[in-house]
Amino acid sequence: MRITLTVNGEDHTVDVRGAESLLHMLREDLALPGSKNACEHGECGSCSVVLDGELVCACLVMAADAAGSTVRTVEGYADGDTLHPVQQALLDAGGVQCGFCTPGFVVAAAELFDENPAPTADELREALAGNVCRCTGYGAILRGLESLAAGTAGSVS
Amino acid sequence: MDCEHPHDLDTALAALADDPEATVLAGGTDVMVDLSFGHPHPSHVIALRRVAELTEWERGRIGAGVTYRRLERGPAGALAQASRTVGSPQIRNAGTIGGNVATASPAGDTLPVIAACDAAIEVASRDGGVRLVPWSEFFVGVKRTSLRPGELVTAVVFPEEMPARHEFGKIGMRNAMVISMVSACVTRAADGATAVALGSVAPTPLRATMAEAMISARPDPDEAALAEFARLVSDEVRPITDHRGTEAYRRHASGVLARRLLERCLDGGGR
Repeated sequence: MRITLTVNGEDHTVDVRGAESLLHMLREDLALPGSKNACEHGECGSCSVVLDGELVCACLVMAADAAGSTVRTVEGYADGDTLHPVQQALLDAGGVQCGFCTPGFVVAAAELFDENPAPTADELREALAGNVCRCTGYGAILRGLESLAAGTAGSVS
Repeated sequence: MDCEHPHDLDTALAALADDPEATVLAGGTDVMVDLSFGHPHPSHVIALRRVAELTEWERGRIGAGVTYRRLERGPAGALAQASRTVGSPQIRNAGTIGGNVATASPAGDTLPVIAACDAAIEVASRDGGVRLVPWSEFFVGVKRTSLRPGELVTAVVFPEEMPARHEFGKIGMRNAMVISMVSACVTRAADGATAVALGSVAPTPLRATMAEAMISARPDPDEAALAEFARLVSDEVRPITDHRGTEAYRRHASGVLARRLLERCLDGGGR
């Protein structure tokens, strides 16, 4: 089945394979491997993308159901060499260990900050509850994002 | 595979009437997990995300396509509380109340609220029109409903008048991303009439009717009455032992949870 959709501002026409997921299509057909494939049942958040304005797990979206939709993946956040503030905050705080979960955290956190530029510590934790870091590096991730929320990102030593 | 994307309810019902075996796709949070676990890929999918009528929400009538995210931001109370405990923001942005009832998992988080409030499930088909099915007739077993071929869940309909207090709670391994071991909703009206419904402790949501009758007759229950309420709830549930918890734990936790929720209802103020 052939569908068209817009990903990170670009229009694409793709032949969807059966009931494959949007995640699979992004990675295999559109050469966008930033969204990671891990649990494939919505538990880990490493495939987080924004579908028609809503943060979702791309592994739980049937690609055929994304026909006509607008998708933003982690590749759509930096502006050239200029990182998105969430990406910069994670970099400054060392909020990256193996890096596998990082794209999901970037997308989920960017969506939170888009809606709520100054989340409290509790709001950050609840908004990121669906993103799992296998290295358990939550401390640095949260410190970076708390600095961003406090307007002090970049001043982390 | 063919995937249809109807934009209105009549078109969706016509597609389902033409192929009652088609896979109905709402938020995808159950269907896609089943596929990942090796279920056979469907040959025909009817995707409901774009059906405008299903996302309508007017007072007690909640369209099947209303997401947990919208419910958690809706009027405060048990339904918002239950919706906030579903999965993660990613899951709550996709999953819908219609999907929750149509999947009919014993652990469905909105099911105890639906049962305690005596809500009904509105279903529709091209050839059979609209039916309003009481929750107790809709859920018939583990992931089994009384939906007829060609029928679609179109809404969940709560009573016009809700009880004065309604509280939801669930027990699991962590606060987020958890499938409940026990879930419960307790409602209490101004005259003391109390309902208690539990999830994950029977094939379908269950009302603890003996506990309800006992506590409804106590306008101002004392410690002995609260303890008796918990004991009756623990007696009435029918849990099993599985990988999430044992039968004995679930039985004990049911009484504890129901009593706590009742105490919240009795407090009157928030928490």
